[in-house]
Amino acid sequence: MPSPPVSDPVLARAGLPRPIVDVRGLRTHIVTRWGTVKAVDGVSFQVAEGETLGLVGESGSGKSMTCLSLLRLVPRPAARILGGEVWLDGEDLLAKSEREMRAIRGRRIGMILQDPMSSLNPVFSIGMQMREPVALYHGLRGSALAARAAELLAAVRIPAPAERLRAFPHQLSGGMRQRVVGAMAIAAPPRLLIADEPTTSLDLTIQSQYLGLLEELQDRHRLALVFVTHNLGIVARICDRVAVMYAGRIVEMGPVRRLFTRPAHPYTRALLESIPRLGTRATRLTAIEGQPPDLAHLPAGCAFAPRCPSVMERCRVEAPPETVVEAGHVTRCWLEAPARPGDSPGPGAGPAR
Amino acid sequence: MGEERRRSPPFRTSRWGSCSKRQTARTMLRFIFARLLQSLVALAIISVVVFTLARATGDPLYLILPMSASQEDFDNARRYLGLDRPYVEQYLSFVGRAVTGDFGNSLRARRPVSDLIRERLPNSLKLAVFAMGVSLAMAFPLGVMAAVRKGTGLDRFAQVVSVLGQSLPTFWVAILLVEFVAGRLQWLPAGGIQGFTSYILPGFTLGWFVVAGLMRLLRSGMLEVLDSEYVKLARVKGVGEGRVIWLHALKNALIPVITFAGIYFAILVTTAIVVETVFAWPGLGRLAYEGISSRDFPVIQAVVLTTAAIVAVINLCVDCLYALIDPRIRYAR
Amino acid sequence: MPAEPGVLARPDREAVIPITVERRGLRLPLFSLAMIALFVVAALVAPLLSLPDPTAQSLRARFTPPAWLDGGSREHLLGTDRLGRDLLSRIVWGARVSLAAGVVTVLLASAFGAAVGLAAGYYGGRVDATLMRITDATLSFPVILLALILAVTVGPSFTNVVIAIAVILWARYARVIRGQVLTLMRLDFVAQARLAGAGAWRIITRHLLPNTLGTLLVLVTLQIGYVIIVEASLSFLGAGIPPPTPAWGSMIAEGRDVVTRAWWVSLFPGLAILLVVLAFNLLGDWLRDTFDPKLRQL
Repeated sequence: MPSPPVSDPVLARAGLPRPIVDVRGLRTHIVTRWGTVKAVDGVSFQVAEGETLGLVGESGSGKSMTCLSLLRLVPRPAARILGGEVWLDGEDLLAKSEREMRAIRGRRIGMILQDPMSSLNPVFSIGMQMREPVALYHGLRGSALAARAAELLAAVRIPAPAERLRAFPHQLSGGMRQRVVGAMAIAAPPRLLIADEPTTSLDLTIQSQYLGLLEELQDRHRLALVFVTHNLGIVARICDRVAVMYAGRIVEMGPVRRLFTRPAHPYTRALLESIPRLGTRATRLTAIEGQPPDLAHLPAGCAFAPRCPSVMERCRVEAPPETVVEAGHVTRCWLEAPARPGDSPGPGAGPAR
Repeated sequence: MGEERRRSPPFRTSRWGSCSKRQTARTMLRFIFARLLQSLVALAIISVVVFTLARATGDPLYLILPMSASQEDFDNARRYLGLDRPYVEQYLSFVGRAVTGDFGNSLRARRPVSDLIRERLPNSLKLAVFAMGVSLAMAFPLGVMAAVRKGTGLDRFAQVVSVLGQSLPTFWVAILLVEFVAGRLQWLPAGGIQGFTSYILPGFTLGWFVVAGLMRLLRSGMLEVLDSEYVKLARVKGVGEGRVIWLHALKNALIPVITFAGIYFAILVTTAIVVETVFAWPGLGRLAYEGISSRDFPVIQAVVLTTAAIVAVINLCVDCLYALIDPRIRYAR
Repeated sequence: MPAEPGVLARPDREAVIPITVERRGLRLPLFSLAMIALFVVAALVAPLLSLPDPTAQSLRARFTPPAWLDGGSREHLLGTDRLGRDLLSRIVWGARVSLAAGVVTVLLASAFGAAVGLAAGYYGGRVDATLMRITDATLSFPVILLALILAVTVGPSFTNVVIAIAVILWARYARVIRGQVLTLMRLDFVAQARLAGAGAWRIITRHLLPNTLGTLLVLVTLQIGYVIIVEASLSFLGAGIPPPTPAWGSMIAEGRDVVTRAWWVSLFPGLAILLVVLAFNLLGDWLRDTFDPKLRQL
């Protein structure tokens, strides 16, 4: 019988509240014609109330699929959640029936999708799309419903909200649309908000405003926020903790400052190094060598081994377990694991060809 | 549909006035007016074409006058029927009267053509409406569920139905049906209009290919829509699956379906000749056939024009429906 | 906690089918191609096959049933019709007519329609508006009526059938190709070609046309079936290919009155139509799925 979530003792000592979300060993596989893709391969993390966890990684690292798995909205029939536990406020979501999940989606977990141009239904008015969740969650009708919908739009700082309800998505700009999506996501308000690269498709100037909006909403409703992005700059700005994903696994997770100043995993280090810095006299941009992994045919051992500059023999053979580097900072790397005789870290050993 | 991706204009306050119901009505009216004009132009072109062609079918007098008629009789008849005047004059007088609904008299039946049409047209319309109704009732559930349950037995069955429906020659099916269902099994009447049951066989025969076409359209449209981000968002919001499919998804998939439903309906009305022949249905198609074989100009002209007018009206309705459903079309022009 | 891992998150009712090969893999085109090849080859070598003369009448052999029934004979595998003519032979010869009608009509209509569509899409403006006006007017003209009129005017013949259908069919191509061209025009390579100084003709033939060939191919294949059915309908009404040339539609018409006792006379020609049209439609679908899924509306 699995136990209800226990907060990380380290966090508890630090006085942080119990986690709202506790994911343990989540596994989601997708069957494709080229093989079985292990999109989410044993992912575990926790997010507390009012905390923002960043989920970082390349395309295909499993960030979006993890989020969809939390909601149990994986694209069927090819994708299936195979195992693990997802505890939300003390309830295991993976044990629930579809009907129960439907009651949870939106009400207890909200999500903002990436592309505002396509996430709103083009043939229905904004009003209809706003009223629908509000009616669903709060059972309001008529003018109370309309008023509440307008309130929500105002909460995301959309001017003239009452009139905006009559508009259609194609009449709004990208930034506006994303705010509407945000309003829908906090309509309940939920306990957990998942934001899947919400600013990636927005103009730079709008991005900053939107991030500010998210922070405000989070403060107001004490949301746990999972923020998926590939942009480390955004992570630095709004995340408290960050999890770096690679090939379906979390390879490093810890407080933001820690990861930025003392990254433990070579991949994290490589990501940080690849950010161009102004003022230096570099002649080349640093990129991570090698190709992203073929998710249907992952190598035995550590998935990053083919591209890792510090790869050891052991890495190619055995997948590293989660090791605690420091309180609240974990990683999956043999460099941090207790050494075995015969191991020799090879700095600059070069990626496998 | 290359026109889908319109850049959304930057937000301006003045835009919000266009959302009121009154502005919507005004936009729609302007839209309807423009389309009406287009239809009239199309009708004019068609009238010229059919006029020329009808004249080209040959001299009807040979069919009307008895063998023993003399040259003088021919000349008299020609003058009486107005067939000796120059073509242009004939055309203009034809148009002039046609606008008032007077298509002249049938050369063969000696009755006003408009009467003939008034008798036959409703039959064709009734049959077409029946066939369309049955087809829609079958195509929608089949098409939507085939998409929702893609890959299952239902889906495969639907695909078989669809491909067969578009490959079967209607008249052949009609003949076989008449023989087996009406002839051998005696379940349904074989022809003519004798009450509700006589609609079934011809309606089914006519509508078969419509079911096929619409169902496949619905299926492919729904498949595309069900994969879209906004459907995902609807599910993320916790909206019930039924509502997601039949409201959020379907409305988006409807647009091409409506266009084709209109086209198919027009086809049903106008090309029911074959079915009407097999089932002895007294409709417009039979009238056309009779008119053509007896070189009855006025009848031919009237039928073709009526047909074209019906098609134009249907297209107009389809365009309006189109604009009603998809707000992007409404505000684009 | 559910007992069985892997059953977690199973949707309410959907069958869980791993997506392996695309359902329409390579199997269906094989059937289509085989069927089409069969009919085309049969049609082409008809004179060489040792079939009975399709126009040879024999009152003695009237209404012979197919070979596998009582009264049938090896000599007439599918039976004979009202005039004692061998059905199988007539079907094979009829294939020549139907296939020729289908291919020629569609080629004519598509060539003309594509030209119109390309011009309308490329030039835009008034040219486009005018051309589309004409196209729409054409589209609303009923094919069968026109063919009937022609048949009565000039007399039924192969040429008239082809002309009657092609004259209206081109409009469908024009519409679709124009839509495609409009989309293509927005892409950068057209602008680049213009900047490089390419003239209208060059742009249309070197840049636009190749990109529409895929669509055209799909349309052509799908329309052949339609034309074959229309031709058969016309022959059925007596306005298509005139006797004594065997045509599937007229064969069905002939068998109509005797369908009770000599059902084979109407059944087999219809079956032939069904198989050929089915083959073309399946092939067209496969082509479309492979090359241009956006065309699903057709």
